[in-house]
Amino acid sequence: MRKLSPRSVLLGLAAPVGALVFALLVCAAILALTGKSPADTIDAMATATQRPRTIANSINSATTYYLAAVAVAIGFKMKLFNIGVDGQYRMAAMLSAALAGATFMSGVPQFLRIAMTIVAAMLVGAAWAGLAALLKVTRGVSEVISTIMLNAIATYLVSYLLNPARLAQATAGSNNISTRRIDAGGQVPGLPYPGSTSKVFGLIFLAVLVGVLYWFVLSRTRFGFELKATGLSESAAVASGVSVKRMVVYSMLISGAVAGLVGMPQLLGSSYGYALDFPPGLGFIGIAVALLGRNHPVGMAVSALLWGYLDNTANSLDVAGIPREIVAIMQGVIVLSVVAAYELVRRYRVRAEQQEVGRALGRTKTLEEVSS
Amino acid sequence: MSVGGLAVGLEVAPADRGKRLSPWVYALVAVAALVVLSVVRLLSGATDLTSAGTVQAALTAAVPLAMAGLAGLWAERAGVVNIGLEGMMVLGTFGAGYAGYQWGPWAGVVFGLLLGVVGGLLHAVATVTFGVDHIISGVAINLLAPGAALFLSKLYFSDAPGGGQKQSPRISDAPKVTIPGLSSLLADIEAKRWFFVSDLAGVLRGLTTEVSLLTLLAVLVIVGTAWVLWRTPFGLRLRSCGESPAAAESLGVNVYKYKYLALVASGAFAGLGGAFLAVSSGQYRDGQTGGRGFIGLAAMIFGNWRPGGLATGAGLFGYTDAMALRGSSAVHALLLLLGIALVVVAVIQYRSGHQLLSGVAAALGVLFGYWYFSTDEVPPELVGAAPYVVTLLVLGLAAQRLRPPRHAGEPYRRGQGV
Repeated sequence: MRKLSPRSVLLGLAAPVGALVFALLVCAAILALTGKSPADTIDAMATATQRPRTIANSINSATTYYLAAVAVAIGFKMKLFNIGVDGQYRMAAMLSAALAGATFMSGVPQFLRIAMTIVAAMLVGAAWAGLAALLKVTRGVSEVISTIMLNAIATYLVSYLLNPARLAQATAGSNNISTRRIDAGGQVPGLPYPGSTSKVFGLIFLAVLVGVLYWFVLSRTRFGFELKATGLSESAAVASGVSVKRMVVYSMLISGAVAGLVGMPQLLGSSYGYALDFPPGLGFIGIAVALLGRNHPVGMAVSALLWGYLDNTANSLDVAGIPREIVAIMQGVIVLSVVAAYELVRRYRVRAEQQEVGRALGRTKTLEEVSS
Repeated sequence: MSVGGLAVGLEVAPADRGKRLSPWVYALVAVAALVVLSVVRLLSGATDLTSAGTVQAALTAAVPLAMAGLAGLWAERAGVVNIGLEGMMVLGTFGAGYAGYQWGPWAGVVFGLLLGVVGGLLHAVATVTFGVDHIISGVAINLLAPGAALFLSKLYFSDAPGGGQKQSPRISDAPKVTIPGLSSLLADIEAKRWFFVSDLAGVLRGLTTEVSLLTLLAVLVIVGTAWVLWRTPFGLRLRSCGESPAAAESLGVNVYKYKYLALVASGAFAGLGGAFLAVSSGQYRDGQTGGRGFIGLAAMIFGNWRPGGLATGAGLFGYTDAMALRGSSAVHALLLLLGIALVVVAVIQYRSGHQLLSGVAAALGVLFGYWYFSTDEVPPELVGAAPYVVTLLVLGLAAQRLRPPRHAGEPYRRGQGV
């Protein structure tokens, strides 16, 4: 770890805060150019904040986003891009929902049943990510390309399985198709939030646990050290006896397993069945959140909360006559400007370090000084 | 393929210039493919396999894919991986919708292209100037562009006559041309159902009847790309930035400039692809691209980072798309085709000494064959996955023949080359 000095803390915060301010300015400019009032927008979002329901929903979204971000961050730590969190999460949520809702599960005790659902989701997520790992270590196929393909294949597979003839059934009274509803014995009870009818997902504790484990494994175990070492310098890791292929397989499997958890809070906490209304694109939100939080367990939690807050207050914008997509624009600008800002800060640090070294070494004598 | 990241497991094919296949071999392969198609048509009775209607639909579906693939080609040849293609296509569809309904299809095409260029420039600023990782920038563009398009669509299309929050008013289609006389002659031959001859007639009729001028433009652009990138000094310099930017720099090539130009071209073609999509379907709709940017990327990989190859890939994927649209019976025959193709791959791999790969390919081939003979139809939900499955199979089973630009995806800063 780098030593904590006021200067390094300031530099560390400069990038994310700067990016947020920049994104705010860009969005204000876009709103002003298109004839909408930025003040009205902020006003509408602030009004929404006063509703407890918005906050409860924001926390729930953040739980999901945090899990997705951790899944992505495990890969990032060793320079693996798991773009496939999206597909892994949907395959896992779908299949584990089918398992949890199956009739033979109703006899199983609640705790065991929930555990089985979660383990099944982790296994499915890991297996789907494992395909990409296998292609990478045996055939050298870039995980970016293979997971993009696997995401799309997952989309079609899920829509194939989500059919009344297979794993799904039509919901009575609506045209929504969903897996068989998980009855009370398989659900995770929510936590009441004061003043709101929506409850906070009980599985928020799972997200916290995953965050703690992520921190522990990365900073306190040999495996975590080898993971980071591989990410920092592949050749140095190989030289010190790390089997990079093994690390790729392990980290992809773990990343996939965490990706499998992404759908669990919503599945066991509010939907109780996998339906087509499960949000797509969570894997990409995970990438954004992991970037903004710099793969740090606490940083990602803060940025997941920010993301969840932005998404849930956006709902109030359409009512105010402002397209809610301004929030999507803002999120995109945040991602782009935060990574650009990190790079600029890094370059600044390198230059500052070089100058410091130069000062410490002193000035070399010029030719005239030597000869005189 | 060497997208930043880890080098583990990578084996790069040697550039064997001596084994370039002549055009005649390609022609022979095309004829052989058509023979196989007509055999399968006779066996399965799926006349739609080679009908003019299918070929026409395939052509329409293939053009946006080819444009997306071309956009990927320009970017990767200059060393920048562009997975923001999807987002740039979305910008193109919006641009075409916005200008198209007011000033006609050609204005739509130009406007879509310009909006694509905006996306490409954004990618260039992020990756070249600010040194942002290419994948991250691409992901950000894919988040940003659909949001921006929908934002603008709500602003400008909601009150327009015939428009809505998520769709533009109608755009008139681009003019279409038919070669007079030939078309009806070919239709007569096609109706005879002769082995091979009728199939050939069907394919030719599809290619010469009611062809949109936009399709012709796409063909011109692909041929033009092949010429510019492989036959001009400009193209050589651009490709050198993708193979070895440090070497290019040492020879006085302004790598930043070429990367910028390549990304402008990349954005333009992606925007063009989006515009084709909007104009040929008559309007802009939210979510219209439906992952076509990624299929374009797949087509480029399938085509081994070459214009002819990516056109073939786009044609193939467009063909599956068209089959899916035209009902399941013909799609079922595709299973058999895929099985045959896998067995061919198995034989080729066995002859070049890769027993294990050959075994895997053969097993998969037999599996697809078994699937074909044991069922009567393919579930329609699964047909759309075909391009992705095929690309994974190509990557997994024939990766040693692929040769991506060596420095694609790797960061480059002036004066810090290795």
